Formats: sequence, C-alpha cells, structure tokens
Amino acid sequence: MSKDWPLFEIFIRGRRGLNHVHVGSLRAPDEQMALMHARDLYTRRNEGVSIWAVRSDAIAASTPDEKDPYFAPSGDKVYRHPTFYQIPDDVPHI
Amino acid sequence: MNDDHVYLSLTEGDAGGDARWAFGTGFEDPLHGVDTTVPDGVDRDALAAYCLALGDDALISSQRLAEWCTRAPELEEEVALANIGLDLLGQARLLLSRAGQAEGAGRDEDALAYFRDPADFRNVRLAELPNGDFAFSITRLLVLSSWRLALFARLTSAADPVLAAVAAKAVKELAYHREYAAQWALRLGDGTEESRARMVRAFAEIAPWLAELSAAEAGFGVEPGATAQDVAAVLASVAAETGLTVPEATPVPGSGRDGEHTEHLAPLLAELQSVARAHPEATW
Repeated sequence: MSKDWPLFEIFIRGRRGLNHVHVGSLRAPDEQMALMHARDLYTRRNEGVSIWAVRSDAIAASTPDEKDPYFAPSGDKVYRHPTFYQIPDDVPHI
Repeated sequence: MNDDHVYLSLTEGDAGGDARWAFGTGFEDPLHGVDTTVPDGVDRDALAAYCLALGDDALISSQRLAEWCTRAPELEEEVALANIGLDLLGQARLLLSRAGQAEGAGRDEDALAYFRDPADFRNVRLAELPNGDFAFSITRLLVLSSWRLALFARLTSAADPVLAAVAAKAVKELAYHREYAAQWALRLGDGTEESRARMVRAFAEIAPWLAELSAAEAGFGVEPGATAQDVAAVLASVAAETGLTVPEATPVPGSGRDGEHTEHLAPLLAELQSVARAHPEATW
C-alpha cells in the first residue's frame, strides 16, 4: 500500500523558532493526512507549534551531478566575504 | 542556524533550558495546582465508581489500540494508533488513581488495573470487542471518542476538581482522536468498493452497542442521554459525506457498567495483567 502513497516532506516550526525546519519525510494518502501523520511522528515530544507538509515531487532540487557547476565556483572567491574592512574599535556588535 | 542536526535548530534561541526537549521538558502536569482532597458534599463512593468506570473505558480502549502495534496497515497509522492509545492510558492512570483515592481503601492505579478480575471491570462493552479489521477499529474509535469528548466536555465543570481537571486535559486529546477517526471514516467510506463494504459492515457491527453508551454516562452533573445528540451529529456529518449510516439494531441487553462483559474481556485482561501478576511488587 505504501507504494501508492506519495511522499511528503515535513517542516516544523519550534516553539520559539522563527522559521520552519525540515525534519523528515513520510507517506500519506493526501495533504490532510500528511499533516496528521506529521503531528504523530514529529511533534510527540513538544517540538513544534506549526507544521508544513509539501509533496516531495513538488520540490525542485539541485542534483549531485550539478554540484561542481553550482557550488565550486564560489570556493575561491574569498572577496565575497566582507572580511577586509577595518573595523574601528569603538563600533560595537560587529 | 545549525545544519548538523535539524532538531537542534528547532530549539535555537531557547536559552531558558526548555531546549532539552528530547529528554521530556516543557510538559505540563494536568493536576498542577489542583487540590486533590475530595471536597465536602461529594459522595466518595459515587466518585470512586464514576472515575473507575471512565478509567476502565480508557484502559481497555488503550489496550485494544496497542494491539495494532506491528499489525497496522501502515507504519504511520501504527504510530498514530499507539499515540491515541497512550493518550487514553494517561487518562486511565489519572482516573484510576482518583478512584483509589476516593475509595480510601489503599488501592492505587496499579492495584486497580492489574489486580481486579473481569467481573470487577466497569468499561462499556464496545471498548472490549476485538479489533476486527481497520474499518471496525476506526468506526469504534469514531464512536467512542465522540461520546467521550461530549461527556468530558460536560465534566470540565464537575463538582470534583480532579475529575474536572482530567476532563479539561482529555477534551484536547479526544478532539484529535475524533478528528483522526473521522478523516479515516470519510476516506474509507468514500474510497474503494472494498473499503466501503467494510465500513458498512463495521457500522452494522457497532449499532447494537450504542445504546449502552448513553446509559453509561450519568453522574456528576451529566444526565443520562445528554451526549446522544453530540454523537449523532458527528455520525450525521460522516453520513452526509459518505452516505454511511448506523442501521437500526436491537441493543444487546446488559451493561459493562454493571460488570456484565463479553467473552472477549477475560483474554484481554489476561494479557494486560500477566506480568504484574507473575511479579507482584516488581518495579521497572
């Protein structure tokens, strides 16, 4: 039966968190049941106050094959980090 | 944000110490601040009997739900059913403890759960019937959670503060149980030919046991039959979506509230009680 149920990705917002965080995936017959399953699987220990469920096939993802063209070019561009500024001593919180 | 462990980032900024959620923090004691002495004017025997009956309903339902472990059609459903069973076990513990306190004979929740024989149990018989198929278990859960929710909503203003506090905690749990069962009833009733046929059969199997419920609820401000309308409304909303209705049926005579049970209760209790009876006084 599982093979007929689509996969959903589950995101939980913690009690004091500002953003939803991906916690795992599960199978469910539809969106509403996915939320119920997520409640039962991922919020049993007081973890969350809000749940998002998204069908996994609705997520566009980069693939491992694209890793080099996507991410390698940023590896040698240290000038993209703002680390070359002189910070005056009397400027706090930086 | 900490990407190493997704759960850690859930508790980021939680410097107050609640972050150790994995060990069980941030939980609320449902009896916190509640005076557990039995108030004057409350009949201790009546309170003990009432809490015992409601506790037994929860304990037996919980045991049946636990039987789905390793047998549920899906892993997700197995967790869901076990969660619901554990909610009910929590209610059973509080209610049996209260029954023991009110009785005043020194029996605690374990004594009441493990060392009574079938004839001393007061649960409604619908709770003890075997699980049957998933359709029957869902239909039973729909009926029992709707009934218990309607009953406990009224008991939140019960004269006994502990019973009222337990009811206030339980209504939130029961609302979810009812929602879970209702969602499945809709999907099965409106699903395939096979699932619908099984739901029709489940509704027919449930029908003879419904009259016992409304007769079993009277006490502590609840009139007999008070919840019938609420339960009927839930079943009507399921019927509106699926056309599934509870057929007319002759009620099975007797009541679990009087200690009359089906032949299914004794084997259930034998399994539930065997470890505690083989090793009395054991702790773990």
